[in-house]
Order: sequence, then structure tokens, then C-alpha cells
Amino acid sequence: MEAAGKLTIILGYAAGVGKTFRMLVEGHALLDAGRDVVIGYFEPHGRSDTIAKAHGLEMVPRRIVEYRGRRFEEMDTEAIVVRHPQICLVDEFPHTNVPGCARNKRWEDVLVLLDAGIDVITTMNIQHLESLNDQVREMSGVQVRETVPDWVMKRADEMVLVDLTPGALLNRLDRGVVYSRDKAQRAKENFFKEPTLAALREMALRQTAHEVDLRQDGEEPRSREELLRNAAPAEHERILIHVTDSPATVGLIRRARRVADYLRAECFAVAVGHGAGLEAATERHLDFARKLHIETRVLDAEDEAEALVGFAYTNAITQIFLSKPQRSRIPLFAGRRNLVMKVIRAAKDMQVTVVADRHVSRGAEAH
Amino acid sequence: MQDKRRPSPEELLRRVEAEEAHHKRGKLKVFLGYASGVGKSFRMLDEGRRRKLRGQDVVVGAVQPKSDAAVDQLLEGLEVIPLSTVRGGPQIDVPKLLQRRPSICLIDGLAYRNPAGSRNPQRWQDVEDLLAGGISVITTVNLQYIEEKQAQVEAIRGKAVADSVPRDFLLKADDIEVVDAPPEDCVERNPRQLSELREIALVLAAEVVDAQLVRYLQRHGIEQSYGAQERILVCITPRSNAGLMIERGKRQAQRFHGELFVAYVGQHDLSPQDQRTLDANLQMARNADAQIAMLHGEDVVAAILEFANRAGITQIFVGHSQRSGFLERFRVNPVERLILESGGIDIRIFPQKEQGAVP
Repeated sequence: MEAAGKLTIILGYAAGVGKTFRMLVEGHALLDAGRDVVIGYFEPHGRSDTIAKAHGLEMVPRRIVEYRGRRFEEMDTEAIVVRHPQICLVDEFPHTNVPGCARNKRWEDVLVLLDAGIDVITTMNIQHLESLNDQVREMSGVQVRETVPDWVMKRADEMVLVDLTPGALLNRLDRGVVYSRDKAQRAKENFFKEPTLAALREMALRQTAHEVDLRQDGEEPRSREELLRNAAPAEHERILIHVTDSPATVGLIRRARRVADYLRAECFAVAVGHGAGLEAATERHLDFARKLHIETRVLDAEDEAEALVGFAYTNAITQIFLSKPQRSRIPLFAGRRNLVMKVIRAAKDMQVTVVADRHVSRGAEAH
Repeated sequence: MQDKRRPSPEELLRRVEAEEAHHKRGKLKVFLGYASGVGKSFRMLDEGRRRKLRGQDVVVGAVQPKSDAAVDQLLEGLEVIPLSTVRGGPQIDVPKLLQRRPSICLIDGLAYRNPAGSRNPQRWQDVEDLLAGGISVITTVNLQYIEEKQAQVEAIRGKAVADSVPRDFLLKADDIEVVDAPPEDCVERNPRQLSELREIALVLAAEVVDAQLVRYLQRHGIEQSYGAQERILVCITPRSNAGLMIERGKRQAQRFHGELFVAYVGQHDLSPQDQRTLDANLQMARNADAQIAMLHGEDVVAAILEFANRAGITQIFVGHSQRSGFLERFRVNPVERLILESGGIDIRIFPQKEQGAVP
């Protein structure tokens, strides 16, 4: 069995900061150092400097996929595995493949390459990270649909941040380097606004710092303080996420996963049902949790609060995550409101975190 | 997103003043490095060269005494105002620069200390004068010189430096770029050290971007929370399990590279024992490097939320108990009110000590 390949993610915060270019520069440097490098997939975006940079690098031909009478080009993962280079460059990590491909997502293709012992250098923007999805939507008003689960990003051995100030990026946009003129104009009305770009850049800087931090942990602790910190089992957190059919559950799961990752805590997603089984939405939410590598459980009980707290006690949970009830006079919501207070009262020596629905809170303020 | 409220005249005036100051003052751009030899000076001069090509009036106000061939070559194409000498020591020639009034001035080595008897004790203060004079400045600084980060950096590098630049000055920057470099190019070669330093530099850059964002939003009268910075507010009373809450708050703030606030809502009828407990808790908060807020108001929940919204808090930590404490004075459970009225803020509820328990 071959050792898994190394994954390097080149991270940016918007189109046009220079991720693809950077990937190709790295590819050339490795080629010059005598390594066997191929391009598995690259997206030229019609940018001449990027296209020029691809010259001199071997390209594995793309696969043609027919879908509804049209032809699409996708990365040919199987052909790359057969060609078996040392290093493969793969643009646009979060890309969704056209139906009919062996795998749904490009990041799944990349995992196949890594498993085959091929090193991969890939590119993505911070807004495609699953756990930041709600924050990005709240900030930019844009719902990003193609996401990469956080555990996949954690597999990366190295993170390279391609940083550019928003001023310089807007300048590039104005000069027509990033998009064609009319597309640039539309972009400026949507995503490419100074505060949005600044906030995304801040997220990318923080995420990179966090990833750098995580990757230091594998090594020897340096100080006594660190030794003590790592050794203290009392600090170990275990988080329970309450999964329901409410649409707010998706945001709750993302937020809890993110907090758990930062606190290096374990995480369980728990739904309570009785009699007729779970609502379809609840099942979907449990699926979503599993995709984020969260263990799920379904409890059969009449009293939701009691069941949750009971599970928490038997499983040494330290924090219960619930979603915030909405202010509403509609009696339907009163039940959920009571649930939160019941859990708080019953959870005698546990902490309860009530997570805001960032989607709704924004909508409520806007007209 | 629309602002439903009409801004008060004071608010409008503040906005106009901020807008004017923003236009008159020069812009500050900082190249931040975390290791020596990574090419900060080169990046700064190269940007100067490109701006000059685009027709901007660029001069060099200071370069490092030692430079390599690549830097010398860049310098050849640029106008240099030499350092002036005061009592045998070099410093930026601020009067000459103000008189020459270029649109952009390049200042290498922001952390230099000026010789005694100079216009300002430190070079960053000279830069402040240039900015106030309407000249934009592009400068370089190494992480080890940022005052608030110095203890952290020294612990990693094992070396102390004497000169420093306050973090607040950096937070005023309009632009910041971290100069990253592979370990083989750095003087500091220990990869673990470099990675720790890089982490601190990235967080500092994120803080500068956050400050930038806050200013932008203020100038445009936008009150929406926008940043990615986590801000944790721990609300304490004499009854709360303050030790645990502050410890958890500090840990969360550290892990998220965020900020920690501890708030206490003033009460008049504290017993001497409660007062002592509270004082001890506040001391604990100070020891945890928290920013402390003493809040006032009859309505505790409203006072907390008003502060939280103003400070851009993302998580509130609060204690809860069925039996004891001032919270139960209200008919509607205040924790419940806090949950319902806190909009986009997460609420983390801690079990509270029962009355009579040892503080």
C-alpha cells in the first residue's frame, strides 16, 4: 500500500486574487526541481498571463461527459491515476461535477488521487468552506452552493494564502484582468464591494492562522505550559447538537462544528422522535451532520428535553447546542421556546449554547 | 440592508468629520514580515516603482543601511530624500519631506528609534506627522517590534528587541500585507518557530483588516456587524461561577483569536460579602486580559444587549439558576429574555452556584 499523497491548498478570498497563477508557479518550480508534475485540471478564466503560465506543463486531457445532449469537460481522475505523476495540479477544489461522473465533487476526485499516492496542489476560496457558509451569506448576501466540508480542508498538509488587498483586487477588476467588462460591472454590484472583500479577506487570514495553529500541534510540545494544556482531560469538551426539522438546524450544525473544531471537541448530533418516525427534514439534517463527520443518534422518547439531557449525562456531554427560538406569538413556536428553557433548567452542571439563526436575524432587520 | 432609524444630528456630524479626516489624511500601507530576510524592503520599493510608472509622485524617505543588489537596482529609479543627521544619529528628514510634499513616501524600517533630541522619539511618530501632512506612506515592519505582540514573539524567538511600534498605530493602516516566505529564505530556520510567528502575523493582519472594516462601516453609517472577529462577552454577578466562565471565555477567545470582554451591571444593594466576591471576580477578569465594562441601567438585559451590539459581540456567556440571584427579580426569566432579544448573538448559559455556596 502506497503512502497517501500530500495535499496543498492554495487559499484565496475572491476570484482574481491569483490562486491559479500561484498554483502554476508552484508547478513550474517543482518541475524545475526535477519532479514529475502534471496539470489535472486548470481553469484559464480567459486570463492571458495565467494561460501563458500553463505552457511547459504537461496536461492530462480532460474527460468529455455528455449530459442532456450537451458536452462537458471534467478532470479525468482515472487517467491521472494511470499516468501516476508525483504531483498533480487541480484547480477549483469545490467544483461540482456534472451528473454522470464517478464522483459528485472535485474534492472527492482529489481524495482518490491522494489515496493513489499522488501529491495534489489545489485552489479554493474561503467562502467555499462549509462551516463559514452562514457567515458568508450574512455578510455578502450571497448563498454559496459549492462547499468543501471542514474535515477535507483539515486533510491538507499545507495551506498557502494568496493575499491581495481589496483595493488592489478592485483595481485589477477595473482593468479587466479578472472578468470581461460587463461581468466585472455585475460583480462589483454583488460580491466585489469593499466591505465584503475586506470581511472575506479577514476570514481567510484568520482561517489560515487557525490552520497553521492546528498543524503545529502534531509536533513536540515546547513548554511546560503546553504539556499541561495537552494533558488536562478536564478541559476536554464534548458537544451535543440538537437536530430538528427546523431550517435553522443547518446553521446550528455548521456553527457547532466550527466551535468544536476550534475547541478540539467531540461532537454528536442527536434527534428525538416518537412513534411515527422522524420528519423528512430532520433526516436530511442528520445526513448533513454525517457529511460533516459528526456522529448522529436518534432517540425514541416523548419528552424531548428530558431525552436530550439524559443522553448528555450518559455520554459525558459538556455543552448542549440548541437553536434560538424566534420571537413569535404563534403558539407553534412556543413549544420550541419552552424546550430551550426546559433544557437549561434540566442541564444542571452542563453548559447550554443557544445559537442565533444568522439568516433570520439579518432578514428581520432588513426591510 | 437599510437603516430603519434616522441618524441623530450628532451621528451625522461624526460621520461627516470622519469622512473629511479620511480624505485629508495620507494613506498608510504596511508590509508586515515575521522573519528577517524575507524581502519586505524589496516589496515596498517594487510597489513604489510600479506606482511611479503609473504616474504617481513617489519619493524614498528611508532605506535600511544594508541592502542587496536587487534593492539597490530598484532604488536607482527612485528619488531619495536622504536621512538627516541629529547629534551623530540618522533620522527621517520630516521637514524636507513635508516641504517636498510627494503623494507617496516610502519609509523602510518603521520601528527605528530616533536619536535623542529629535523631533519625535520614534520613527513611527515621524510617519504619523507625514500622514497628518497629507502624504501617503508605504512602510515595512517586522512583527517582533509590535509592542503588544512582543512578549509572545520573544517567547518564540528567545530574543528581545528594544524598539517598538504600538499596535494601535498599525490598526490605523489602510492596507496591510503579510510578507510570506518559505523557511529556506529566512534567517530564522526553525520551521516550528516560523510557523508560530506566521500565525501571529496573520492574526495581526486580520485585526488590521477588521479595524479597517469597522472604520469603513462607521463612515458609511452602517451598523451591521460584518467582521469575522469573534468577541466574547462574559456577564458576571456576585453569584455567577465567574472563575469557570472567565476561564472558558479566555480559552474560546484564544482559540478563535478573538477578544474577551467581561461586563458587570451595577447594583446598589450589594452586601459587603457580595462586593468582595465581585471585586475578586473583576480581578480575575483583569488577570485574564479581558476588557472590562461596568454597565448601568435599571433593565439589566437591555444594558447588556446595548453594550453587546455596540461592541460587536458574537457570543454572550451568562449564568443561570432557578433558585437564587438577582436575575429572578424579574417576572419573565431574564435569561429567556436575553435569548429572545439578542438577535444574531449566540448565548452560552452556565449553571450558577446556589446561594450559600463557597464563592
